[in-house]
Amino acid sequence: MTDLVLVRKGAYHDSVSLMRVSRALGELPGMEAAMVAMATELNVSVVREMGFEVPATEPGDLLVALRGRDPGTAAGELDRRLAELGGRRGAGGGGRAEDPPLTTRSAAARGHADLVLVSVPGEHAFCEAVDAVEAGLPVMVFSDGVPLRLERRLKELGEERGVLVMGPDCGTAVIAGVGLGFANVLRPGPVGVVAASGTGAQQVTSLLDWAGTGVSHVLGVGGRDLSAEVGGLSTLRALRMLDDDPATELVVLVSKPPAPGVAARVREAVAAMRTPVVEAFLDEGDLTGAAEAALRALGRPVPGWPCWDVPAGRGRPGGGTLRGLYSGGTLKAEAELVTGLSGTFVDYGDDAYTRGRPHPMIDPTLRLDALSRVAPGDVVLMDVVLGHGADPDPAAALAPAVARVPGPVVVALVGTASDPQDLRRQAAAFQEAGAAVFLSNAQAARHARSLS
Amino acid sequence: MSLLDAPPHVITVGTSLLDDALAAQAVPTTPVAWRPPLPGAARALATVLADPRRAAANAEAVRRLTSARPYLVGVRRAAEVLPERTFLHAGPPITWERASGPMRGALIGAMLLEGLASGEEEAVRRLERGEVELRPCHEHGAVGPMAGVVCPSMWLFEVRDEEHGGTAFCSLNEGLGKVLRYGAYGPEVLERLRWMDEVLGPVLARALARTGPIDLRALVAQALQMGDELHNRNRAATSLLLRELAPAVVEAAPGQAARVLRFVIGNDHFFLNAGMAAAKASTDAARGVPGSSLVVAMARNGTDFGVQVSGLEGRWFTGPAGVPDGLYLGAYGPQDANPDIGDSTITETSGLGGFAMAAAPAIVRFVGGEVEDAFAATRSMYEITLAEHPAYQIPGLGFRGTPVGIDVALVARTGVLPVVNTGIAGRVAGTGQVGAGLVRPPAEAFVKALLALADSVSDPFE
Repeated sequence: MTDLVLVRKGAYHDSVSLMRVSRALGELPGMEAAMVAMATELNVSVVREMGFEVPATEPGDLLVALRGRDPGTAAGELDRRLAELGGRRGAGGGGRAEDPPLTTRSAAARGHADLVLVSVPGEHAFCEAVDAVEAGLPVMVFSDGVPLRLERRLKELGEERGVLVMGPDCGTAVIAGVGLGFANVLRPGPVGVVAASGTGAQQVTSLLDWAGTGVSHVLGVGGRDLSAEVGGLSTLRALRMLDDDPATELVVLVSKPPAPGVAARVREAVAAMRTPVVEAFLDEGDLTGAAEAALRALGRPVPGWPCWDVPAGRGRPGGGTLRGLYSGGTLKAEAELVTGLSGTFVDYGDDAYTRGRPHPMIDPTLRLDALSRVAPGDVVLMDVVLGHGADPDPAAALAPAVARVPGPVVVALVGTASDPQDLRRQAAAFQEAGAAVFLSNAQAARHARSLS
Repeated sequence: MSLLDAPPHVITVGTSLLDDALAAQAVPTTPVAWRPPLPGAARALATVLADPRRAAANAEAVRRLTSARPYLVGVRRAAEVLPERTFLHAGPPITWERASGPMRGALIGAMLLEGLASGEEEAVRRLERGEVELRPCHEHGAVGPMAGVVCPSMWLFEVRDEEHGGTAFCSLNEGLGKVLRYGAYGPEVLERLRWMDEVLGPVLARALARTGPIDLRALVAQALQMGDELHNRNRAATSLLLRELAPAVVEAAPGQAARVLRFVIGNDHFFLNAGMAAAKASTDAARGVPGSSLVVAMARNGTDFGVQVSGLEGRWFTGPAGVPDGLYLGAYGPQDANPDIGDSTITETSGLGGFAMAAAPAIVRFVGGEVEDAFAATRSMYEITLAEHPAYQIPGLGFRGTPVGIDVALVARTGVLPVVNTGIAGRVAGTGQVGAGLVRPPAEAFVKALLALADSVSDPFE
């Protein structure tokens, strides 16, 4: 085995693209390990822990660590893959190419756009989002880790310019049928959603979709919008937008309970709306209950939510600790609520786990590791979220790990029949691996608790 | 139209995965080729961009910069405007000890020209003792090319901004080769300067009194459309200025007119100094807007590259001056080059020079050899500027206005540094010009300015 470490200046790529390159290089014959990443403190320490000698780097450098029989060949493949990443951007073809914009400001100045989607690392997200608002464009800030005072400033600016600021930490949105961020493929319909929680909105809309009811729009506002500091500025604007939208017949507001002063303003706004509103505040009920309330408000029947149970005779003995291994923060909070906190619950989508690495809905590494360390008899409760932006085949990596868990596994599968991952195929794969699979996270949590 | 009325066209900035997800839904996107900001800038960027004053302050500063109407109103002897026993020089403040070869050469020449020393050694001794005070041109309403040394018996173009009332000065151009501004101070250099003092200055002053003020904004706009970028190419602008002045020169001084006009015709860069004063008058109009991150001066003294910002009036932010990458005269090469020097970067600061490269295909050899390189240089500057100049337009870009109004925040965000066209001075005092080319300013000057702007923001949240 030979180690090869390269440091390249001035070559920036985002972490997801580099993860794909790393994976491709690692799968080359004779390769034992490959990591291609920006030389952030975290990434450098990871590479050192892998046993590589890393020279002095700056965070803007590209760090390449290759170990195998012939890492030189992998390095050649690296160049090809990086060139591909570079080539996919900007205008192609002959003649005088238009240079790609380097800032949101520059992109907005070129016209055409209606919306900006920001997913740069959190410490840089404010600059891009401000560009959008100052150009009069609504913005969805997918990035997390934006300081609260900057969120407040951004939303004040949004009020001044009359544009909607979704996020920061807005994981999902659907606008006129277009899914942004982590977004399920939802049928069009009468329900408009305002969500301070991305996975909460995905759960409610996925259940509605199963029940045959579609959405008009899903407007995310970010988990801190209803805090006292932010004051619900985006929630109030989103409610007004949906109230004015002819396609929206019913509004569902998905959130943790608002801060006291903010709750009053939200109540006031809701009371003034012509469109009826179903408030789904976690703590007061679960998300499945909210979806059912929405169906009832529309006068539509509530179906039984599907469960793909463990094949007969393949149940594993439980009785141990309940281990919640979540990728969605609200889904984790709901599970804690439903189970009365009887177990240990981790949200691998939290800032603390996503700094410098992709979200667990894309990168299964951390949860694979957690699954491999489950003690015999412990009960695993986990979410698997489908849709655009998420892992194209989560079962491919997770199901084999689920099969090796020495205790019962319960999966909350959040997705729709139209999602690119194929809901039924994913359900079948986890069921085949010995898990009980639920479309409702609340039902999954109750079931898991009964096994622990 | 509301956001909710139709599927949106989305600008995506960040992970390509989310852009891919939109492409999979057949949604049109404009991906931003984002990269992290210059090292050490992230926190300050957020603070500066969150400053509630910034947007309006920058709009006001760049409005003033682009609405300035510089007129050439006079030619005056520097003695009338200089403080006692003071020489001006290019760039941020510098001492004799830290001065480079060409700066020292020009100062020695000025001592000799003024009769303050009888020879080189005496001049050096007196300069070492600080007998003459050295002050930046920029701090006295002036700009000077290369060493930019201004002493009492030099004559200055006087340019007034008729829109905002400011006045700016720049010395008269001596020509190319062995000249004081490149650090040469031999007998032929001093002889030429004496003739300029005795003949050229007074004749031009009398001629200009006859023509009345000359509209430099209009002249620069025309020259851009005739293939000048107004820093390394001034051939069209010089010709246009001569058209305005020639009859008046003949009327004002029939006996000397032929020599004066031959001198002007013999120097394609004669207009540069008038253009620099026009640029200085325009950028000065943009100074002193609290909260503005607009660059109002970039200047080099041969040792340091300095930047000034509208919202931090009077302060300099510096980094080491780089050695230009360029083409060399005769047998000279990069080993003979002095680090970057001169106030002529005021042209870039006002949206000309390197920023207007696309207007000057005749000199594309400076930027890589192909016309497309010139277009690329100008296009890249739109990424770091706040506006497009309403009067200075580039035919080859569909008469798009030149990129104008450098924003230190945009420089720090994109890592794109201003493109600067420049002459190259020999590093040894007395050598003169050795070439011309292209130079990039040091990034640290812009980062320092940004950090200072962030410090100046009173943050109600912290």
